[in-house]
Amino acid sequence: MANVLVNAPKTAKRGSVVEIKALIMHPMETGFRPGTMGKIIPRNIIERFTATWNGTEIFDMEMSPAIAANPFVSFFAVASESGTVGLRWTGDEGFVVEERVVIAVE
Amino acid sequence: MRALHFGIGLAIIFAASWAAAQVGADKRRSGTQDMGEALQKMQDDDTANPGMLFVQLGSQSWAKKAGTADKSCADCHGNAGTSMKGVAARYPAIPKGAEAPVDLDGRINLCRTENQKAERLPPESRELLALEAYVAHQSRGLPIAPPADPRLDAFRDQGAAIYRARQGQLNLSCAICHDDNAGRKLAGVTIPEAHPTGYPIYRLEWQTLGSLKRRLRNCLVGIRAEPYASEAPEYVMLELFLMDRAKGMVLEAPGVRP
Amino acid sequence: MDRRRFLVGTAAIVVVPLGSASATPEAMAEAIRKVVGDSAVTESRVTLDLPPLIENGNTVPLVVSVESPMTVADHVKAIHVFNEKNPQPNVFSARLSARNGRAAIGTRIKLGDSQKIVAIAETSDGRFWSASADVIVTLAACLEEST
Repeated sequence: MANVLVNAPKTAKRGSVVEIKALIMHPMETGFRPGTMGKIIPRNIIERFTATWNGTEIFDMEMSPAIAANPFVSFFAVASESGTVGLRWTGDEGFVVEERVVIAVE
Repeated sequence: MRALHFGIGLAIIFAASWAAAQVGADKRRSGTQDMGEALQKMQDDDTANPGMLFVQLGSQSWAKKAGTADKSCADCHGNAGTSMKGVAARYPAIPKGAEAPVDLDGRINLCRTENQKAERLPPESRELLALEAYVAHQSRGLPIAPPADPRLDAFRDQGAAIYRARQGQLNLSCAICHDDNAGRKLAGVTIPEAHPTGYPIYRLEWQTLGSLKRRLRNCLVGIRAEPYASEAPEYVMLELFLMDRAKGMVLEAPGVRP
Repeated sequence: MDRRRFLVGTAAIVVVPLGSASATPEAMAEAIRKVVGDSAVTESRVTLDLPPLIENGNTVPLVVSVESPMTVADHVKAIHVFNEKNPQPNVFSARLSARNGRAAIGTRIKLGDSQKIVAIAETSDGRFWSASADVIVTLAACLEEST
């Protein structure tokens, strides 16, 4: 089950700039750490985080092992029209998580 | 309406200054106060505090049926927002029919085995920590209030004795760091007073949530003492003593700590 | 217990593990070159916000913001963050547009050691802007058994 916390306003004035914050549970294992038996723990990270507004991409971030575990990202978006903000995280080991929030623009 | 607002405003001001006066009288410091502004902000914002991911997971486990009794926590306890409020503030406690105290994870596992007829959740497992975080979160903002159960005294005294006893290759006691040298620096880190106000905590060092037991084990390793076995009664005794020492301090679970 | 024994005892706890793989200032310069090519980079417009003293390098809050009207004609196209001592020089690369309204990104990063962090922004006119910060990472006390 996806374990994500998203913070975005439910309503916004047309043309205003809103902040969207997202937190997701993920180990962001770097691939550089040795495990208990001295063997390197394989890399397991989120490689990409993208956001869309009514299907149009508005933000795209390529991540590296230097992003902390349980990644947090905040960014801004212009509230152009009412709709759905789609958030998508993809990464190693076939990791894909999608989350949606609805923002009503007045 | 305006008068009412004014009255509420005044009440808030009085409450705030009363709280400030209390802080003035009470010299004890939560670990939160020893952290920088960035980490304090991380703890205070529920959508930035990584511990809240575990609280969310715990709320899902709360409603999930488990064991051969096919019962969820909610089937017995209903809404955790009311039934679990204040529970974390009074643990460890002695369960009905038992003679020794258990901590919050011990209590959760008793519910699992006795009521849900399910297997115990392993120590420090994500599911156990999530449930513990969810239950503890219901007491956020409440003062730590150990129960007035005289049967706890002997266990608490043993905890106090452990706290004050030197151990390990470095020959240190808990008290030497956290009473005698609290507020001073250990390398670049401020030594905290060791009040268990935020457990389970999201410790940045761990990059995950962890229990007070795990933190105590880290202390023991730090002074190069042999840590107690993973579910040894000593941890509960120490917790009893620490919770009593922090009596009246406000619970912050899930805390963020470096 | 006297003060000296306390200090001697506790100092021994903080043993610095030596990393094997590590980026270098040269590797960071190379990674930056891949992004900016031969273009000039002006140290302006970009703000890199990090805590002055980092209490644990595993999770360091960071905000990069860039002064920009964020219009279709004049906006920030990309923000990149680099470091010089983690195993790899790249931290993140983000693409933005006028749809963002404000060119600011917050996240949390890992820093293996005290080092220099560089943020580079590319504006829609093809120019590059930067800011850098020297950060001090303190080591946590009382860790667990090495895993």
